[in-house]
Amino acid sequence: MSKVLILAEHDKGALKKVTLNTLAFARQYVAKFGGSYDFAVLGHNVAGVAEALRSYGAGVVHLVDHADLAHPIASAWAKVLADLAKSIGADIVVGPASTTGKDVLPRVAVRLGAGMASEIVSLTDGGAFRRPMWAGNLMGDVKITTANKVISVRASAFDAAEATGGQSPVTAFASDAGLATARVKFVSFDGVQSTRPDLTEAAVVVAGGRGLKDKFGAVTEPLADVLGAAIGASRAAVDDGFAPNDYQIGQTGKVVAPQLYFAIAISGAVQHLAGMKNSKVIVAINKNPDEPIFKVADYGLVADAFVAVPELTAQIKTLRG
Amino acid sequence: MKILVSAKRVSDPNAKLAIAKDGKWIEGDVEYILNPFCENAIECALQIAEANDGTETVAIGIGDDETARFIRQGALARGIDRGILVSADEEAIDSDLIARIYMGVVHRENPDIVLLGKQAIDGDSNQVGQLLAEYLGWPQATFASKVEVSGGKAIVTREVDGGLETLEVTLPAVITADLRLNEPRFASLAGIMKAKKKPFDELEIDDLDLEDTDTKVQVVGLSTPSGRKAGVIVKDVEELVQKLRSEARAI
Ligand SMILES: Cc1cc2nc3c(=O)[nH]c(=O)nc-3n(C[C@H](O)[C@H](O)[C@H](O)COP(=O)(O)OP(=O)(O)OC[C@H]3O[C@@H](n4cnc5c(N)ncnc54)[C@H](O)[C@@H]3O)c2cc1C
Ligand SMILES: Nc1ncnc2c1ncn2[C@@H]1O[C@H](COP(=O)(O)O)[C@@H](O)[C@H]1O
Repeated sequence: MSKVLILAEHDKGALKKVTLNTLAFARQYVAKFGGSYDFAVLGHNVAGVAEALRSYGAGVVHLVDHADLAHPIASAWAKVLADLAKSIGADIVVGPASTTGKDVLPRVAVRLGAGMASEIVSLTDGGAFRRPMWAGNLMGDVKITTANKVISVRASAFDAAEATGGQSPVTAFASDAGLATARVKFVSFDGVQSTRPDLTEAAVVVAGGRGLKDKFGAVTEPLADVLGAAIGASRAAVDDGFAPNDYQIGQTGKVVAPQLYFAIAISGAVQHLAGMKNSKVIVAINKNPDEPIFKVADYGLVADAFVAVPELTAQIKTLRG
Repeated sequence: MKILVSAKRVSDPNAKLAIAKDGKWIEGDVEYILNPFCENAIECALQIAEANDGTETVAIGIGDDETARFIRQGALARGIDRGILVSADEEAIDSDLIARIYMGVVHRENPDIVLLGKQAIDGDSNQVGQLLAEYLGWPQATFASKVEVSGGKAIVTREVDGGLETLEVTLPAVITADLRLNEPRFASLAGIMKAKKKPFDELEIDDLDLEDTDTKVQVVGLSTPSGRKAGVIVKDVEELVQKLRSEARAI
């Protein structure tokens, strides 16, 4: 029997979908090994997040609401999360492999004497955790040999779990971040302003590469608008300043698996493929027919993006009336 | 000030990988490079040293004898002052033990900053810096795209979901480098010559007074993911729209 503690991810008081993808993993784990799961909601003024999680079948939704936790300072969040895990006897702590999860969860592992596996995409029949390695060129099955375990979950590999009804109790847990905040100070957050869906939640992603140059926005935005899509980018487009870092897709950026992915003026380096090759349908638009992106694309169009994408945008617009 | 910086060897990302016979790691006869994130960490250490007189920089690599070459050529030849190789069979150890080896070296060296890469591009774990910071009870600033050090503090801008976060950490601290932190310099010919004579220590794990050398995570098998097949090339935008609509039902 296992007791799973799930770290909930939220943004400005709203639950993020990656939490539900992570829950899907937790449910599989519990189905295989038996037991139950609880949520941990850490932050400040986040009672609404706890409330939103009540209908997802957790034993308890633990709410740790404290000014010290307003920003996800890893040392502080890890201490509180580990304290909570100990107090409820959780033997496995899981969270999304978001930048917060990646920052916080390893520290939780140390506090619990746990082994940790990162970016899990499935549980194997033999009970190992499967994860991409070498930029997804190989899959590794890993066994954690400690009694306590910590897992970060690759959200794109799990469909968001559905609510099950019911009303889990919300229980307050007293934060004692204490000294863990002493030597770190939050200075500022420079957020990307966008009204588009989150990259990791969008059904359609329009991604642009270095080839779009300073017309990155002019090419990608109208197409994203007609499709209600999120915008993503290759590393080179971000490096060259055409797109913000938050847009980067790949081995070292975000991993997405939407229903439809447009790779526009992206060559298809292994590091980029690592972040999008599990998309359902991939469209590549590139002027060079020899680029590796065409090896993974369901539909390839060899064309100049500056001409083809506006045309594509117009045709989809007409189609949709 | 003293900075400890990482020099990990990884297989070339463009190398064709074959799974070793025991199924637990890759065949070793591939090209190797210095982990790209370590190059950023090394460059950052050099820049901090250049801006702060009297800073000593030390590079550490954990691995077999081959790793020594990457410490010398990747770190010392670029200007790092000293090297440390900790001998270990990298395939048999996990991130947790790597972090504890680092802790052992930190206890010997007492650095003000430990600068690592945010991840190693073979295992892609993204754990060691965070594990080490917790073992030491130090603050951390991971995924750094900008680092400024002064007055016993580091102001670090971090690449996180949703934008850029800036933290101020009081030293000693662990910082992990993201790729946009800087443009790593090339080693000069003079640098390569000098590197051969720079101090270089070889340590065994047993020299580090760790409580134990147990691992917590083991790779039990590797496999090749099911690949994607190339689809069709459409002749124009019209055909693309038609296929996306009637065949893929995606728009
Ligand atoms: C450690 C490491 C980690 C990395 N992580 C990532 C990552 O997370 N994500 C990522 O994306 N990359 C990553 N990279 C970088 C990766 O190796 C590639 O350099 C990068 O993906 C290339 O981006 P690109 O395809 O936009 O640029 P390029 O390779 O320069 O390709 C530009 C493309 O645009 C096409 N093009 C140009 N003009 C037009 C036009 N008018 N119309 C149509 N097509 C046009 C060209 O034919 C070409 O295919 C990483 C690299 C390293 C070493
Ligand atoms: N064998 C090693 N030798 C030196 N540094 C390492 C080693 N393994 C990992 N590191 C450091 O830890 C960082 C994160 O690695 P990982 O957690 O394995 O992705 C790397 O970028 C390196 O800076």
